[in-house]
Amino acid sequence: MRSLIDILDFSVDELQELIDTANDIIAHPESYSERCRGRKLATLFFEPSTRTRLSFEAAMYELGGNVIGFAEAKSSSAAKGESVADTARVISCYADIIAMRHPKEGAPLVAAMNASIPVINAGDGGHNHPTQTLADLLTIYREKGRLDHLTVGFCGDLKFGRTVHSLINALSRYEGIKVVLISPEELKLPSYVKKDVLAANNIPYVQTTDLESVMPELDILYMTRVQRERFFNEEDYLRLKDSYILTPERLWNAKEDLSILHPLPRVNEISVAIDDDPRACYFKQVLYGKYMRMALILKLLKEAGRI
Amino acid sequence: MNIDSIQNGIVIDHITAGQGMRLYDLLGLEKLDCSVAIIKNVVSGKMGKKDIIKIDSGIHVNFDVIGYVDPGATVNIIRDGKLVEKRTIDMPETLTNVIFCKNPRCITSTEQELKHVVKLTDRKNKVYRCLYCETKAN
Repeated sequence: MRSLIDILDFSVDELQELIDTANDIIAHPESYSERCRGRKLATLFFEPSTRTRLSFEAAMYELGGNVIGFAEAKSSSAAKGESVADTARVISCYADIIAMRHPKEGAPLVAAMNASIPVINAGDGGHNHPTQTLADLLTIYREKGRLDHLTVGFCGDLKFGRTVHSLINALSRYEGIKVVLISPEELKLPSYVKKDVLAANNIPYVQTTDLESVMPELDILYMTRVQRERFFNEEDYLRLKDSYILTPERLWNAKEDLSILHPLPRVNEISVAIDDDPRACYFKQVLYGKYMRMALILKLLKEAGRI
Repeated sequence: MNIDSIQNGIVIDHITAGQGMRLYDLLGLEKLDCSVAIIKNVVSGKMGKKDIIKIDSGIHVNFDVIGYVDPGATVNIIRDGKLVEKRTIDMPETLTNVIFCKNPRCITSTEQELKHVVKLTDRKNKVYRCLYCETKAN
């Protein structure tokens, strides 16, 4: 059974297929409005995430399908001690496809190993968040017209930021990608990502704590939030949360066609004064995320023979 | 030093010097009540120094553990005092319930019945990672 647990589960050609489908949905939404009639998506969210959950639900509704599920662990059987494996087996009897978010890393993989329907990883702790990466890829593609030959800056929490790890993984398979890593010392990209992904794929990268000095090089600036829930120690969170705040003044030396992305939600790392700047793409990114989730649901249901 | 030859059992040879005790632990050899010898820092023409483990029993040994700890080690099967089989052990693609993930954020930390599986992700550098959370295992 085909699932999406890690962005690398899909080939570059398959990612392009999803992008093409999403673009077609954007152009002709009416021809997709009944594609999932009678099919059910189960959103199993063991950790709250309103935005991702609603994106999945909106995606399924716009395909003409239905949605069942829960929004937090305490309203699920996990509160009674049920294992992820058993939950996946049970939900397979009710739904056609699962979108799962879980605070523990690897939980969606366990679900996929036990479910008889496709499983989509909607975020597992600090590990992977492949559908956010799908949103990021479509945004970059629509803004730049390509996914290769780009200089991509990642700024903020690069240590715990799973969206950063997933996007770096995805971009590592395209030609001519250069990566710029901007973070405080304590939140640097883990060495295994640098070694196993960047170095292993001969992706040139630089690390810096100074956003201003690298700004002119960037085609894409991917901002991230310092996430309170990833810290064991509140003091560390408070010390690091305001490390990088993007303001209009800080864009003085940026390219005219820079694209600013953010997986959202933001706290204060992008000033609201930037929202009206044509380079701000983070709200378009949310919209594109829904279209990519629609494309993904269609692909997985089709491969499972359910549509 | 004199270690008796074994009649029926296993000799794990060409172990990288210093890895003998780790292999002894991971193979669970402390649970055996037969004779087990760990010979450390044996002079070797090819390796300079090596460790050897001799097990005086025809027990089943998990070859994957040997391949995980020290690929290139050789296993000699002895029957009636004679060498009947000699094999070099390669790295296994996966290893189950031998290495336990220590990442507190991993699903294995809360779901006790899950098998702990590590998979080979980088053969050149002998890197294994947890199947679930991808934390480096070695």
